[in-house]
Amino acid sequence: MADVALVPPVGAPRRREVISEGLFVRVVLIAIAVALLGIFLLLPLVSVFYEAFRTGFGPYWAALGEKDALAAIRLTLLVAAIAVPANLVFGVAAAWAIAKFDFKGKSFLITLIDLPFSVSPVTSGLIYVLLFGAQGFFGPWLQSQGIQIIFAVPGIVLATIFVTFPFVARELIPLMQEQGTTDEEAAISLGAGGWQTFFRVTLPNVKWALLYGVLLGNARAMGEFGAVAVVSGKIRGQTNTMPLHVEILYNEYMAVAAFAVASLLAMLALITLGLKTFLEWRFSGEIAAIRR
Amino acid sequence: MDAVTGNDLNIRAGLGSAHARIAAAEGLRPLAGTWGKQVDVTVENVARSFGDTAALHGVSLKIASGELVALLGPSGSGKTTLLRILGGLDFPSEGRVLFGAEDALGLSVQERNVGFVFQSYALFRHMTVHDNIAFGLSVRPAKRRPAKAAIKKRVDELLDLVQLTDLGKRYPAQLSGGQRQRVALARALAIEPRILLLDEPFGALDAKVRKDLRRWLREIHDRTGHTTVFVTHDQDEALELADRVAVLNKGRIEQIGTPDEIYDAPATPFVAGFIGETNALPVRVESGKIFLDDRALDLASTGEADGPRMLAFRPHDIEFTGEGAGGIAGLVVSELRHGATRRLAIEVGPQRHRIEIDVGAETAGQKGNRVVVLPRSWRLFSPDAFRG
Repeated sequence: MADVALVPPVGAPRRREVISEGLFVRVVLIAIAVALLGIFLLLPLVSVFYEAFRTGFGPYWAALGEKDALAAIRLTLLVAAIAVPANLVFGVAAAWAIAKFDFKGKSFLITLIDLPFSVSPVTSGLIYVLLFGAQGFFGPWLQSQGIQIIFAVPGIVLATIFVTFPFVARELIPLMQEQGTTDEEAAISLGAGGWQTFFRVTLPNVKWALLYGVLLGNARAMGEFGAVAVVSGKIRGQTNTMPLHVEILYNEYMAVAAFAVASLLAMLALITLGLKTFLEWRFSGEIAAIRR
Repeated sequence: MDAVTGNDLNIRAGLGSAHARIAAAEGLRPLAGTWGKQVDVTVENVARSFGDTAALHGVSLKIASGELVALLGPSGSGKTTLLRILGGLDFPSEGRVLFGAEDALGLSVQERNVGFVFQSYALFRHMTVHDNIAFGLSVRPAKRRPAKAAIKKRVDELLDLVQLTDLGKRYPAQLSGGQRQRVALARALAIEPRILLLDEPFGALDAKVRKDLRRWLREIHDRTGHTTVFVTHDQDEALELADRVAVLNKGRIEQIGTPDEIYDAPATPFVAGFIGETNALPVRVESGKIFLDDRALDLASTGEADGPRMLAFRPHDIEFTGEGAGGIAGLVVSELRHGATRRLAIEVGPQRHRIEIDVGAETAGQKGNRVVVLPRSWRLFSPDAFRG
């Protein structure tokens, strides 16, 4: 309706936008925006690849094929492969409970889910050292059982799960709250049981938000530095993830190797964004229908 | 009268093919030989409170098998709460609900086998129309679940019944409001429900579609014979569609009766005010006579105790009388065209009580004239009945 009203009558003088700045202001504002994006986002990204390939493809492949680099890549993939599915389950369960039910302590639970976002990652890592480290709360008992958590893979996984906890839940809660519970009520009145309702009605209604949360959570899981740095112990070839490996290489003045590994992480970010954009484009109709 | 004629025209013009299709679908037979087992429903002293606020205070209601009953009331009257209690989506704090002789409150939603049509339809967005309708059958446990082909046949039959034969492959977002409503109904009918519950079934539709769908729902009901309860705040809808209407107000049932009883003999001031339009004029009863100000009206009040009352009557239910014949005399202060009639506002007596009457559209130019009228049918209520 509003569009129709804005169209000037035939023969009317040159259309003048009601809400518009002068040419000069527009040029200046756009230039500032482009300059900021270029300097703070595009340039760093380009320079990562530039530094990585500065001495050509050979050294690049050599740096990636190196034993410790491969170990770091494997560890990062392993951690993500555990942390992301774990948070998928936790996130869906938490969002489902918060959005579909009323209970005491609900707002406290929402705050708790946000905690990893507000706490510094280094603190998150320290929490686990204090709990499971040699001098920690459970440390002596764990040691007596021969279980190593800190400075080992379990600690890295725990820290990563903690840091990426909000991603899925945060994506799902607003959408599920907006959708309400009538679809579920319809399903049970038609005879569906709890699990049938969940898998055939609740989950399909949020699948795109879920995928989006998983993608972002995955990017963070692979890229997490602070929390993992505290609990990993940075043992080369054993507890070094890709971000930690980048730092070590960089500190040892191995710029090409450092940027080669960093370029993998940057690539991961680009793939995540590309995948997200592709999915949004490919299923735009369905997403619109589900949000409706 | 005119409304009825209008509807007949609608039917002939717009639903002609619908009649043919319903007749063609006459061969539709339920899966299990009957349309589910229709039951009568008994609601006994059902109360429901949410925290400190009571939504229902001891409501009792009996619904015969195969009956079409409307729960009519303003928002906040508890009508939707009562419907949800029948459907098992809410539970009463007190009271009993029986399906036949069976205690319905002891049954889970799934076990109740109730067809519930939601106000927002609640169609599953990610499923086609076909899959929506098939949902109730396809979630049954394996031994009670019909074969795929049987489900498909059943869905096709229901699509015919709701006149959406070729739309099975569409998604809900691709349908109009009226079509979604019909899918929701087909989905509820698919499970062969024991009772059918509809929450404001036409609330989200525009006036024309509402009227057509109302007629159509009545026809579906007459064919399938489901015990049906629907909630509405629209009195026309309730009076036109239902066998009986239960009028709810503030969590209590004010009156249960046929549309004629509700309209012609409102039991309480609330019903008189909520259903149709009602004039309320303060009068006084003295030894069997009704006084307006200090003149006796030519109306006999048998057995009423002396004291102040409210005289209630419908704007259309009046006749003109001569001066001095014990009528209600007043000055016409405005006249408005009101559909097929003309509505006159009249100020009566020194207190300038305002009443409205309906006269033929041909009666124009009455403004400023003095008229004398008498209600043909009327009721007396307590003096503070129409306050608040």
